[in-house]
Amino acid sequence: MKLLEPGAVLDGFLIEECTHAGGWANISRGGLADDRTGPGFPMAMKIPRMTAGDGAENIVSFEVESQIMQVLTGSHVPRFVAVGDLSRVPWLVMEYVHGRTLQHWLDTEMPPSVGEIIHLGVAMAHAVHALHQQNTVHLDLKPANVLIRDDGSAVLLDFGLSCHAHYPDLLAEQLRKAVGSPAWIAPEQVVGVRGDPRSDIFAIGVMLYQLCTGELPFGEPQTAGGMRQRLWMDPTPPRKLKPDLPPWLQEVVLRCLEPEAAQRYPSGAHLAFDLANPEHIRVTERGNKVTGTKFRVHFKRWLKAAGMHYQPSPIASQQIDEVPIVMVAVPHNDVTDATLYSLRQAVARALGNRPGARLACVTVISSSQTSSSEDHKSESTVHRRYLTSLRQWAQPLDQPGQQTSFHVLESGDVAQAILDYATGNNVSVIVMGAATHGLKTQRFIATVPIKVAMDAPCTIILVKQSVPFELLGASVSPRDDKSDGHSDVDTGR
Amino acid sequence: MRLALMSDIHGNIQALDACLEHARQQRAERFAFLGDLVGYGADPSAVLERIMPLMADGAIVLKGNHDEMAVNPPTEVKNIGSSTATWTHSQLDPDQRAWLDALPMTVQLDKILLVHASADGPELWRYVYDERAATASLDAATRSPEVRYVFGGHVHEQSLYYRGSTSSLMKFTPQPGIAVPVPSHRQWLSTVGSVGQPRDGKPEAMYALLDTDRWQLSFHRVAYDHDAAAWAIRAAGLPDFFADRLELGR
Repeated sequence: MKLLEPGAVLDGFLIEECTHAGGWANISRGGLADDRTGPGFPMAMKIPRMTAGDGAENIVSFEVESQIMQVLTGSHVPRFVAVGDLSRVPWLVMEYVHGRTLQHWLDTEMPPSVGEIIHLGVAMAHAVHALHQQNTVHLDLKPANVLIRDDGSAVLLDFGLSCHAHYPDLLAEQLRKAVGSPAWIAPEQVVGVRGDPRSDIFAIGVMLYQLCTGELPFGEPQTAGGMRQRLWMDPTPPRKLKPDLPPWLQEVVLRCLEPEAAQRYPSGAHLAFDLANPEHIRVTERGNKVTGTKFRVHFKRWLKAAGMHYQPSPIASQQIDEVPIVMVAVPHNDVTDATLYSLRQAVARALGNRPGARLACVTVISSSQTSSSEDHKSESTVHRRYLTSLRQWAQPLDQPGQQTSFHVLESGDVAQAILDYATGNNVSVIVMGAATHGLKTQRFIATVPIKVAMDAPCTIILVKQSVPFELLGASVSPRDDKSDGHSDVDTGR
Repeated sequence: MRLALMSDIHGNIQALDACLEHARQQRAERFAFLGDLVGYGADPSAVLERIMPLMADGAIVLKGNHDEMAVNPPTEVKNIGSSTATWTHSQLDPDQRAWLDALPMTVQLDKILLVHASADGPELWRYVYDERAATASLDAATRSPEVRYVFGGHVHEQSLYYRGSTSSLMKFTPQPGIAVPVPSHRQWLSTVGSVGQPRDGKPEAMYALLDTDRWQLSFHRVAYDHDAAAWAIRAAGLPDFFADRLELGR
């Protein structure tokens, strides 16, 4: 198909300037050619290139993108407007999103500060998580397909190679082979796996590596054998190329780039959490190393990788449901040991036997508790005190390999602080005490648990104390005279 | 047009009524019953009383292997499938038997071929359980070049077969209630599941709804009073096994 000139009209859509003339599609800005009411936002039209030499993959990709765009929602994808008749003239009209691609960013702003890398990484991880929650895996994330809005949030573009678990995967085939962009493609994609959300985590890892070092971790392989390298090979540690990079950041990047998907971050929410809370990252040898992996190790992995083959992936949203971020709001005053005990039991149940879950222990204190003038009330002293008691409280919950972090939030509005934290971190379950936060007075005022339960973006478990006090032995405090309810209240979303 | 595709009702009037009501709520405009209206279940006559007037109003009705057995029951019971045929035969009046006997094996509606089992020899009652059997059925059907879709039942499971990027078929297991685009430039084969005897561990009745204006196919699961259907089987003196399986969906 010839490039449509500005001013041309296609199926009622007036084409304006071309913003992207890519290998397989052109994208032009435009609007409605007649005076019908538009959707209320700027639009772009995508028209696949189909000249004699172009393969059938182009049109299949276009079909896949049209299907998936129609059902995706949220601020991390362009809004869908309309699609043309595939058998006549294929086109796709969607929202034109203002922003710069990460590619543009890489071309003009290198090297970024650590703070900027965090911002970009968190934005990408949130966007990818939102996509996975909708059962879609992108599978072709690369700097050209990530748009950064002026407000810093990320929008994902180009779903031509994506996979939606609710629809037949038109790009799958019996003779599985790699589909994707060689520099960013995940190892499991190389053997034909389509639908593992952790493939997108790998691609974010490649982009973070680029942001950190200016280089591609696996180069741009041109052959199938070259692409297979990432099934066993570790990239050069970023700190070997940029010695001033903090070890925790290398830990994050290399965890994203683990050859085995199970070793990577299990979801975008987990990745965003670590990037936003670097002080909680347990830095291992992976983060500290400044020399490449030894030949012996690579050779062993190479043998193992030789046996790697296609396996079907579970549905994306189910897979990320298995790795929840559980948040517990631990009260710090006016609380009985029995309540703290029940709260801990409830957290243990919420974590269940999910090895990939992570726990965030949060306590909200009022801003008046800290003071910049009195030493014993300085922010760091007060926070340290609360962090210590949080750690003590959570100690019995400690499981090997489980990630637990502790956070003191200062706010005058406890409920809002809990809600903001849960929303900002894609928390899956909030566990909080019912009585201690004033359930009894709920008839008179909207108490903290009621407000959180009403506005929570996720499941919330309200905990009442549920243990006979004798079990607690000597640790029962004399204040324990309440004997109200003996059940937990679970409120689904 | 919204075409409701129902198969393998197996004399289960409770499940049939629930699916008919569900389909009408989904604005179904036409019905197609893909065979095995009777057999196993306790209400073959009631099922036919429901479907015969629908056929007079334009519904498509196909013959299945159990319908054939109910007309001409085997003289000796060879397997579990034929164990209720004689009883079913006794429940139908001569008009109903004659009506069953006259049902067609396949019907073509423009781009759509309807068949109880496989289009590759409909009278052989081949099961379309996998890609190979689906390929044989679809290949046979698409010898008529205008055919793009084959819908059938017989296997009591909901599946959609499509061509991936190579020419061989791929099997897709649909999620209930989600409209799957099935554009007509591709070839599709689907088994729509069983209304009256689900066997995938869930008791809910199955059917599918095809929108031929937008070419979207939705697979549905409908809760119905399976206790009543199971009770009717026991009350009729049929083997408990057929009642138990309705409760368990096995």
